[in-house]
Amino acid sequence: MMMEKFALRSRTLLAGAAMSALLLAGAPALAVTPADTLVEGFAIDDIISMDPGEAFELSTAEVTGNTYDLLVRLDLSDTSKVKGDLAESWTVSDDGLTYTFKLKPGLKFASGNPITAADVAYSFERAIKLDKSPAFIIGQFGIDGGNVTEKAKAVDDTTFQFTVDKAYAPSFVLNCLSATVASVVDAKLVKEHVAAVTPSADYKWDNDFGNAWLKTGYAGSGAYKLREWRANEAVVLERNDNYFGEKAKLARVIYRNMKESSGQRLALEAGDIDVARNLEPNDLDAIAKNADLTTTSAPKGTVYYISLNQKNPNLAKPEVRQAFKYLVDYDALGSTILKGIGEIHQTFLPKGVLGELDENPFKLDVAKAKELLAKAGLPDGFSVTMDVRSTQPVTGMAESIQQTLGQAGIKLEIIPGDGKQTLTKYRARNHDIYIGQWGQDYFDPNSNAQTFASNPDNSDDAKIKTLAWRNAWDIPDLTKQTEAALLEKDSAKRAAMYQDLEKKILDTSPFVVIHQQLEVAGLRKNLKGFALGPSFDTNFVGQVSKE
Amino acid sequence: MSVAENQATAERGGARAVAVLSSIGRFLVIAVTTYLGLLAVTFFIGRVIPIDPVLAVLGDRAPANVVERTRREMGLDLPLIEQFYIYVKNALNGDFGTSVLTTNPVMTDIRRAFPATIELATLGTLIGALIGVPLGVLAAVRRGSLIDQIVRIIGLIGYSVPIFWLGLLALVLFYARLQWVAFPGRLNVVYEYTFTPITGFYLLDAALQGQWDVFRDAFRHIILPASLLGYFSLAYISRMTRSFMLNELSQEYIVAARAKGLSERRIIWGHALRNAAVPMVTVIALSYAGLLEGSVLTETVFSWPGIGLYITNSLQNADMNAVLGGTIVIGSVFIAINLLSDLLYRVLDPRTKTR
Repeated sequence: MMMEKFALRSRTLLAGAAMSALLLAGAPALAVTPADTLVEGFAIDDIISMDPGEAFELSTAEVTGNTYDLLVRLDLSDTSKVKGDLAESWTVSDDGLTYTFKLKPGLKFASGNPITAADVAYSFERAIKLDKSPAFIIGQFGIDGGNVTEKAKAVDDTTFQFTVDKAYAPSFVLNCLSATVASVVDAKLVKEHVAAVTPSADYKWDNDFGNAWLKTGYAGSGAYKLREWRANEAVVLERNDNYFGEKAKLARVIYRNMKESSGQRLALEAGDIDVARNLEPNDLDAIAKNADLTTTSAPKGTVYYISLNQKNPNLAKPEVRQAFKYLVDYDALGSTILKGIGEIHQTFLPKGVLGELDENPFKLDVAKAKELLAKAGLPDGFSVTMDVRSTQPVTGMAESIQQTLGQAGIKLEIIPGDGKQTLTKYRARNHDIYIGQWGQDYFDPNSNAQTFASNPDNSDDAKIKTLAWRNAWDIPDLTKQTEAALLEKDSAKRAAMYQDLEKKILDTSPFVVIHQQLEVAGLRKNLKGFALGPSFDTNFVGQVSKE
Repeated sequence: MSVAENQATAERGGARAVAVLSSIGRFLVIAVTTYLGLLAVTFFIGRVIPIDPVLAVLGDRAPANVVERTRREMGLDLPLIEQFYIYVKNALNGDFGTSVLTTNPVMTDIRRAFPATIELATLGTLIGALIGVPLGVLAAVRRGSLIDQIVRIIGLIGYSVPIFWLGLLALVLFYARLQWVAFPGRLNVVYEYTFTPITGFYLLDAALQGQWDVFRDAFRHIILPASLLGYFSLAYISRMTRSFMLNELSQEYIVAARAKGLSERRIIWGHALRNAAVPMVTVIALSYAGLLEGSVLTETVFSWPGIGLYITNSLQNADMNAVLGGTIVIGSVFIAINLLSDLLYRVLDPRTKTR
């Protein structure tokens, strides 16, 4: 076991050494996966529940995206809009409060049960009453356990009505309804599996709405149905012949849990998997050069940033905040550590989202930063710590930033830690500097704006703890502006409001946004129709086929 | 036999019974305190580490009200000592709680993950012992010769080369290049639909069901990680065998045996090794127990769904029920293997036999 422990520490280094040996090995592929099955090597150990009312993890989003349907879905040809999925059409009342959806005719669940407006209503009801992590995406429209059956109801078999508490921008409401939590479940099937619960102060309902069963069970209507999820081993999907849209081309999809990039690459080269999903830059390079393989990528709604805790008096100085933005070597990062897995992106809204501002005004400029530090009364710099998870790419980014900060006299001490450990510290506002990423909760500008640009209560025991709160950045004006953008009906005007917010955050915030994540995959060339979507719940596999 | 003698025998018999009982009692006391200690230490370390367990359940993006409610549901708002009491009470009833990561009862998870590790460790230890012991004997007999040097180098490499690296190299050579072995996991995906495991030991299950193609596939999957583990235990076992053998070979009875004109073969394999076998049993048993802990890195490299991977993953995610349950199972295995090697000791060493 000693050997193992030692190896754990030095494994990154040694993986590199092994890789150089790997480059010499270009073996012909003999193994083949079954012709009717797509096999993906994917780190799926973050999955904790397959219940769409509860699931909030990235790999789960991909599975539920393929196995469940929604009223509306992101329009992949223009991701600032949505299009109907189960809904054929919808109208918004003049007062902006009532949304009426008309379902497509003749829809069926995988079980064969018809899809009716009552199923939609039940799906909303259980999501709200279960009140799991993603429930707020629907709950933020003034919906709670007490009123959900009134606010989200079936008018008749094919008409569903959703009532919100304020005249929000329709784009905001519809974008939120494209999130996983609004997936439509087979009410009849779920009701056969509900477990009784004793109501308590925390949970007022007498049953679990099938949550225990749906954690591993399935009650959807998507292109694929979930056959099995074995934690840490595999997720197995099977074609749903009742799917209303174009039927899936392959009979099965198997996601096989593989954690290591190098292992995924080996298995891909040998043909034991068709797709490798967690590749590091060096493996990606090698795959791109292999004649049997190819790579694909798509920007995802996740941005990486460093943030400066305003409780630290040095970091709270506006000039220091500015100086940090000039002390990151964006170009060097983009061409080395982030090559192929990230795009330099300095605004807080990721590409493809309504109102995204494609501006990267900052470059490494040590002289300018020194000038700013002198203005702040810190001409000789200062010492400060940064909490860094021991994973890539953040470790490499932190080391680069440590070096560039040093050029301006700022001594950065890196405190390495386990992911959950650094996060616990960050959430308690006990850090100086944190390096992390933020993924959108739903595909709407408000998701990131709310966390980067609003902080309703900066006190230690605040109810709402946004990223601005975690860095103790008190911003009453920006908070109001973020709220106002929610109520702007005109999409173009709404977009402009977010662009204004993004500019202000660029200038004054304690956030140094560095890049946007690119999701990459290596695949065998005989695959057709494999594409990564703009979000994790749009990585559809239905149209993938094999030659 | 006189009455007095009879009495003496009966007394001795009684004394022996008492001795046996007291040794069983002592063993029970040791086992129970070890368990309790293990439970307490793991539990309190689990609560002291600066990780919020609620994060494991909910992830980073959960709203504050959900976090608070879940904290109460998990009983984390209770005093630490009360949490421990509840945990021990449930554990005594065989309820080790539910893993937050897999949502299964911890024991269900362990029942699935452990056979994978046992299968791997058993094969690994077999390889290690069957090759390691003869190598060690050879090295001792030809002390200072070329073969001794080679065995020493093999041992040194085994001690010092990280398994992660060696595992990757082995994969490159035997899987990617030569295609002798299969990867990843325990079985090819083709068999996901045709094979239902019974015991969880795939080789055994396939043989029981007469599915020889599955057996072959399972063997092609297990042989490389098992050989790798085997190599590491070989390194240890051969070094230990060598030193035990050297110790035996310098004993007077060997000189006596040589003087008697016994063949060198008989002296080495029949006399010296038999005596060295006694401490060897402990060495092999401990190395086996070590492998049963689950070799995290081997399991990671080979995507092997065993207990090491399960516990490490749980630990990183502050899934304390899973960590505690796993620790207790491994603790039991350690205690059981120690007991077993004690028993074997008695069989192999005539001096410990009761006369």
